[in-house]
Amino acid sequence: MKLRRCGPDAVLIEVGSLDEVDAVRAALAAAADRGELPDLVELIPAARTVLASVRSGGPGLARLRDVLATADLSRPVARSPREVRIPVRYDGPDLDLVARTAGRSAAELVELHSGAEYSVAFTGFAPGFGYLVGLPEPLVQARLDQPRTRVPPGSVGIAGEFTGVYPRSSPGGWRLIGRTELALFDPRRDPPALLVPGDRVRFEVTA
Amino acid sequence: MRTVTVLDTGPLALVQDLGRPGNGHLGVPPSGALDVPALRLANRLVGNPEDAAGLEVLFGGLRLRADSSCTVAVTGPATPVTVNDRGRDSHAPVHLAPGDVLALGTPATGLRVYLGFAGGVAVPAELGSRSTDVLSGIGPAPLKVGDELPLGDPVGVPAGADELGPWPAPDEIRVPVLLGPRDDWFDGASAQLAAGRWQVSPDSNRIGLRCGGPALRRVAALDGAELPSEPVVTGAVQVPASGRPLVFLADHPTTGGYPVIGVVPASALPALAQARPGTTLLFEPAQYSDS
Repeated sequence: MKLRRCGPDAVLIEVGSLDEVDAVRAALAAAADRGELPDLVELIPAARTVLASVRSGGPGLARLRDVLATADLSRPVARSPREVRIPVRYDGPDLDLVARTAGRSAAELVELHSGAEYSVAFTGFAPGFGYLVGLPEPLVQARLDQPRTRVPPGSVGIAGEFTGVYPRSSPGGWRLIGRTELALFDPRRDPPALLVPGDRVRFEVTA
Repeated sequence: MRTVTVLDTGPLALVQDLGRPGNGHLGVPPSGALDVPALRLANRLVGNPEDAAGLEVLFGGLRLRADSSCTVAVTGPATPVTVNDRGRDSHAPVHLAPGDVLALGTPATGLRVYLGFAGGVAVPAELGSRSTDVLSGIGPAPLKVGDELPLGDPVGVPAGADELGPWPAPDEIRVPVLLGPRDDWFDGASAQLAAGRWQVSPDSNRIGLRCGGPALRRVAALDGAELPSEPVVTGAVQVPASGRPLVFLADHPTTGGYPVIGVVPASALPALAQARPGTTLLFEPAQYSDS
């Protein structure tokens, strides 16, 4: 674990893997829940880093260092993550491409994708866009050579080691295998985001 | 409910308060007023809590009609203010009677004029804030002619005056930069930043202030290397493939895939919020005092 300064009020915690990212995020979230990090403002995981920012001028960064100094990244923090189920109609435009690349039938692909349990590693790209890990190996595939200029909201895609759902219409290069009617993000809903880092996720087949 | 009606918007007029920090893990930018002290002052002048929502008006040009009696204050760079075509002071509370028309001219220097209303702009909050986030489309749409802006109930007494008046935005700004988190990706980061002169580019916006000028060189071993996307803070000086730095402002994406050479502290960001295209930027690299 390496701490990199990030302005007067934040630190970027750099680790070696997504699992360690999750361990750092969970350890800091647990400390915050216990009231040990009252100055914490943002806790943002990414692929190999976690950003923690604190209220300006307080002892927040020193407290953060204390928590990190005693965190054991090899042992996940005990917690009961939220479980989210996302109904998906598997009729995406790249379904056949993904099946062919995986050397499976479309039906087998659907079984693989809906049979796995995922967790939200981090978000980014757009509000509510969660990067989900736990993708079965045959579905770990490259992005499209030519990104689409418009991906409809609710599209379920895969890219590299991740699967995810586009919260809103946007350009995008993920291979699209299906679609959900669920709203991934609604700023006027509480909570606004369906998926939060640490959540467990399953996709369910709908007709 | 008390309202004001928008008669002209100028180039871009947005509702802004102090933003919605704390939602970065959802992919939501902090947003909020770019010149925070100017919005706080506008709120103090009209008797509001400093975090009430007002308007951020790019380059002036806004005209409003008061539909009921209200108190307003214009802050930011010195800007001509009229009520029913008669000149009034900026940086002081101004009372509007029903039917009065308030108009903002063009600021002589600087970019963003702020308008506070007693009671604040009372559009619905999203994720705890009324700010418009131009990156992700959260919050109210930019003001349009004909919009009726709801105002909240006044809670305090307008102030007589304040210690802060307008200040002229300079042609050249010295910008402190605390090095890191990725200064080690650059060949003599501190010396390169200190030696260059950059100009504010016209394609700057609330997401980031883009710089024209010399390209920053990476260390040879990391030339062309890719960085896994990592979270960024407001004020981060990111160096994209072109090598020309970009300073992230309030509506910045929560993560970025290019190295951040340093971070401009929050106290130096209001000057950048008011820096017109062509303004010269001199970065002044600083080390942390406690490490």
